Amino acid sequence: MEPSLARYIWTHTKKQQVWILMIVVLSMIPYFISFDLPKLIVNGPIQGKGFGEPGATQPFMRLHYDLPFIGEVQFFSGFQLDRTETLFALSIVFLLLVIINGLFKLYINTYKGRLGERMLRRIRFDLIDRVLRFPPIYFKRVKSAEVATMVKDEVEPLGGFIGDAFLQPVLLGGQALTAMLFIMVQNFWLGTIAVVIVVIQIVLIPRMRRRLIVLGRERQLTARALSGRVGEIVDGIGAVHVHDTSNYERADIAARLGLIFKIRFDLYQWKFMVKFLNNFLAQLTPFLFYMIGGYLVIRGRLDVGQLVAVISAYKDLPGPMKELIDWDQARQDVQVKYQQVVEQFTVEGLIAPRIGALTIDAPGPMTNPLSAINLSIADDGGGMLLDRISLQVKPGETVALVSTATGGAEALAEAFARLNWPDSGKIASGADDLLELPEAVTGRRMSYASSDVFLFHASLRDNLLYGLKHAPLTSVPYEGAAADQQRWNIHEARRSGNSDLDIRSDWIDYASAGATGPHDLFEAVRRVLDAVLLSRDILDLGLRSSADLTRHTELARRIVELRAALRTRLEQEGLSGLVVPFEPGAYNKEASIGQNLLFGAAAGPELADKALAANPYFASVLRQAGLDRTLFEMGMEIAEQAIELFADLPPDHQFFQQLAFMGAEEIPAYETLLQRLKNRPYEAVSENDRAMIVTLSFAYIEPRHRFGLLSEDLMSKIVAARNRFYETLPSELQNAIERYDPAKYIAAASVMDNVLFGRVGNNHPDAPDRIRSIVYDILDELGLYAELLDVGLDFNVGAGGRRLTAGQRQKLDVARALLKRPDFLILNRPLSALDQRAQDKVLRNVLDEARCDGHSPAIVWVVTNPAMGMMFDRVIVFDSGKLVEDGTLETLLAGKGIFKELLS
Amino acid sequence: MLLKDEVGMLQRVPLFSGIEPTKLKLLAFTSDRVSYSAGQILFRQGDEGDAAYVILSGRADVLVDSDSGPIKVAELAPNSIVGEIAILCNSSRTATVRAASPLEALKISKDHFLRLMKEFPEMTIEILRVLADRLSHTTADLIDARNA
Repeated sequence: MEPSLARYIWTHTKKQQVWILMIVVLSMIPYFISFDLPKLIVNGPIQGKGFGEPGATQPFMRLHYDLPFIGEVQFFSGFQLDRTETLFALSIVFLLLVIINGLFKLYINTYKGRLGERMLRRIRFDLIDRVLRFPPIYFKRVKSAEVATMVKDEVEPLGGFIGDAFLQPVLLGGQALTAMLFIMVQNFWLGTIAVVIVVIQIVLIPRMRRRLIVLGRERQLTARALSGRVGEIVDGIGAVHVHDTSNYERADIAARLGLIFKIRFDLYQWKFMVKFLNNFLAQLTPFLFYMIGGYLVIRGRLDVGQLVAVISAYKDLPGPMKELIDWDQARQDVQVKYQQVVEQFTVEGLIAPRIGALTIDAPGPMTNPLSAINLSIADDGGGMLLDRISLQVKPGETVALVSTATGGAEALAEAFARLNWPDSGKIASGADDLLELPEAVTGRRMSYASSDVFLFHASLRDNLLYGLKHAPLTSVPYEGAAADQQRWNIHEARRSGNSDLDIRSDWIDYASAGATGPHDLFEAVRRVLDAVLLSRDILDLGLRSSADLTRHTELARRIVELRAALRTRLEQEGLSGLVVPFEPGAYNKEASIGQNLLFGAAAGPELADKALAANPYFASVLRQAGLDRTLFEMGMEIAEQAIELFADLPPDHQFFQQLAFMGAEEIPAYETLLQRLKNRPYEAVSENDRAMIVTLSFAYIEPRHRFGLLSEDLMSKIVAARNRFYETLPSELQNAIERYDPAKYIAAASVMDNVLFGRVGNNHPDAPDRIRSIVYDILDELGLYAELLDVGLDFNVGAGGRRLTAGQRQKLDVARALLKRPDFLILNRPLSALDQRAQDKVLRNVLDEARCDGHSPAIVWVVTNPAMGMMFDRVIVFDSGKLVEDGTLETLLAGKGIFKELLS
Repeated sequence: MLLKDEVGMLQRVPLFSGIEPTKLKLLAFTSDRVSYSAGQILFRQGDEGDAAYVILSGRADVLVDSDSGPIKVAELAPNSIVGEIAILCNSSRTATVRAASPLEALKISKDHFLRLMKEFPEMTIEILRVLADRLSHTTADLIDARNA
């Protein structure tokens, strides 16, 4: 990258800089005129110069110039105005100039703001572009959070500066010079005073600020290191807790913050010190003006108008001066920051841009064998991982790489995947060096999965299809405002040297997955998921999540059929007792009182959880149904029981998990509330207290809590209240609740709850498992299995895929590699988190799936267990970085090599 | 059956007879009430022990696997506790328990059970007594079997 910031800015913005410079120069004209006006106003109409006799007039706006050789030329003789009129006319001209100056300023500021933002965008994009092209080894040495903070925070001040880079010195310098020139013209000696002070400022202040720059650099480095450490704590939080090192981390962070504090405080001290001095110098000049100028006026060697004009012109000098000095400081500061960042991003062996160039058309298959030629790879410490290995993998061959602990097979697999670059020798595809092939070939015709999986913070589906997103394949039609917006997006992207590829285009390469479009892609996805034994996990996720009804319309459409099928099946198997269905006219004993009252799923905060009892409309329904007092008494009873049971327990006691009514921290509050409300008539209890108590009753489930509080009469009253609630539901609550309707899908509830449409009995310990397997059966019978799998694919895997287990992550990685249907499939201990039996099963499935539909990719698999070699055409054995055996399984078994040893 | 009835039942279990009723109520409240139909399995031999069961109503058979299929070694009546050994020794289940009739039981999870033992020494002593009693019976049985 360009090491000099000034040159970087100039290369990319010279046209704009010249244009804005011209505008600035133009803006100087009205700016200068506005200096002369106060003198004209004070000396002319106010003091009466030229208006000696009453009714005297002066020409206004007379245009005349003394031209050389020609003499005076008059273009316009002007209007004749008297004293008052002249005052008004001149004042209005002053106002006009104020407006014109303001408009110039507005234009200039907007223009340079945009310029700066574009450059910031360009720098950030350039930096990320470099990150995408760094050689793999670089990533072993940097902390991701530090790179992020450089791209995001450290270049940020550059944006603010870039618009000012060339403009500010010209604009402010021009202003300062103008003001200075004007003072000089008015009075030479007063001007000289101002010049001397300014020179002192210009020399002294930047010197004092040098220390600020040093401190600023320290601040930048310590802050970057801090964000690196914060990132480490977040990523390594498990290690912190496992080893009880949270206090060590606290100490480390506190020490760093202390250092940052010290640096920043030093900065402040210096900054304000410099400011003080600067202000003092600026104020010194007027002092001299008043004293010396005043003296001259008294002596009659200077008129008052001149002095006023000098002083008012001087008001405009310290401003630009100060800003000019600030600009110089910002320039140095930003230059340092820029250099720091550029240094970090200047790396040897950057991947050439052509390797990652966009390729729309699918490359042809890789028909050449993949070979390692005299390949040596060393680790970071210099130890040899692979020592002059030569071997060749032919297309269509399946190869198991067996390795002792220090064998080096993994390094070979990484080298095939271009993740580890050779120290000597090379990997070649036919005659081409693999590293010279465009990623468009290797990334599409080869695929790689390893035990070290990285997943993006996105849905399972996005992660699975990630390996197919090589290029934007469709052009999205935009209309109306969206089209304008898109045009603007592309225009701005180009102006900032950014990529203008459309992220909203369909990037999925269906053809490589063996599909023709979105409609039949799912079949391919399902097959790979089945192959890696991940379907069942995803189905479970699907059952537990709520479906996006804009996408999964089929589930909602056939929900009635599904529910009926479940009922029938449960009856057939004599399991009807397991589920108590929701019926609009009946009380469901296995559900809580709150659920029975509401008989719906809360879709907003108004009727959810604790807010329910306090909701005025809901409270009024309870009152009308005659339930308010009953539920209050019930709540009191529950509070008493709960406090009797739990009051003595320490708040962290595990029994509290069983207490559905209140949290451990709420017990003391309820204890005092109970004492206060005991023996007080219901009418005297405040609304708030009532809600607190009534809330308790909502969580009550008779078969589970067994306090004996539910009677037939109460149940029928609750059902009546339920109906009343919906009859008069006010419009503002319409969207806060989705009523349970046997014929309707409930968007706010999970798929499982929707299919069940009821509650599983509390006292059947194995009911959930049995019901789940029945639900899967039914979904399969009704052809909704795929739909549910699709719901499960919406599951967000969390940061780095941490919401999945290690085994699930590895399976997903293999599925992703498989989905691409590559010519070379490289798998590097891909399933190490699974037990041997599951690994064998997936291995068999993957070999079958990879070779379906007449495909015959070469498969290179670094196996975790030598016995897995049985499934491959050829076995290659590594020991201590050397290739020690290579051949078919039979030949290796016949020999007396290391493989046989490993196998036993 | 309500909580207070369960407390009455628990009081009749020898293991819990020395514990004050409010604590028994807490135990009942925090335990799951489970019901089984005849023939359903409460737990299987070899499973991991995660809970003990107090039979509230109905009967259950204790079965042990042998070469010739499961052998019934005991029958459980209401008020008896079962499954506590696997909890205490952290071992897997030593026998299978199967409901012989419709069965209601209180399922006390391992954590809760151990917590109770820590907090109520009288209960721990009672459990020791029952276990020692069983041991002496088993030893006597063994001697009989040797002599036979």
